[in-house]
Amino acid sequence: MQVRLNGELREVPEGVTVAGLLGHLGVKAQRVAVEVNDAVVTKDRYESQRIGSGDSIEIVAFVGGG
Amino acid sequence: MADTWSIGRYTFTSRLLVGTGKYPDFPTMQRALVASGAEVVTVAVRRLDLSKTGEASLLEWIPKGMKLLPNTAACFTADEAIRTARLGRELEMGDLVKLEVIGDRRTLFPDVVGLVAAAEVLVKEGFTVLPYTNDDPVTAKRLEDVGCAAVMPLGAPIGSGLGIRNPYNLRIIMETVKIPVLVDAGVGTASDAALAMELGAVAVLMNTAIAEAKDPVLMAEAMRGGVEAGRKAHLAGRIPMKLHASASSPMTGLIGS
Repeated sequence: MQVRLNGELREVPEGVTVAGLLGHLGVKAQRVAVEVNDAVVTKDRYESQRIGSGDSIEIVAFVGGG
Repeated sequence: MADTWSIGRYTFTSRLLVGTGKYPDFPTMQRALVASGAEVVTVAVRRLDLSKTGEASLLEWIPKGMKLLPNTAACFTADEAIRTARLGRELEMGDLVKLEVIGDRRTLFPDVVGLVAAAEVLVKEGFTVLPYTNDDPVTAKRLEDVGCAAVMPLGAPIGSGLGIRNPYNLRIIMETVKIPVLVDAGVGTASDAALAMELGAVAVLMNTAIAEAKDPVLMAEAMRGGVEAGRKAHLAGRIPMKLHASASSPMTGLIGS
């Protein structure tokens, strides 16, 4: 299924969870925060929350800033 | 007694807060952070580059024990800033946020209407909000009224190094609000940091002045000294300025008189 991931259209496995998506992308869950359709997904919901077709997902991390 | 200061439920000794942007490399940043003596460091929240997930993370280079202060830099609307603050909280697992709502790309001056609106929402969500704002006492009061834990007026535009352009407004802000006033942005060198502290700021926040100095580590040390000197001068109470001289040596008992 297709989703919008960090602004770009990407194919991801059908019915994948947030945890599954991070694993699929090779991203360490402790280092990032995830938003699905403008709402933050807290870490305790990574295993249960499923991504739907057409969802808009943001995966962010800390970078240097002032 | 130690000269400490507090924001919300946090108490600090160092009155210098520093950013983590614009350094030539992570090792230099790490040495500068240590040299600054800072207890609070700002960080930005950005999309993860999914093509570089194996690379070293900023967090590995921030010395242990330093408190992270996520910012909402480059957010141009209250909604963007609120979303970014929520993501920052999820990353940091804390409630501090340096709230920025920017109104103009060239000057990076705050959009104070959006800033107050975003602050009100985030305070209700339990955030300890530190807003980056103009040197405007009325806005500072509005930010205090909606529950901000501190107010952080600019000395000059972000990264400009122009120093403290309006010391009188900063003084008025300090008279107007009861929450801590931190000077954020515009500092160029150690005397600027000292001046901010002499005026009565509880702390100074800076990034570019250290990160883009020729020797960031030495400048971090200088800024630490400037902040400490300014704080002590503020506590000591400076003499009033006078137009004419006041002799330091006796004017009587001179030979040949």
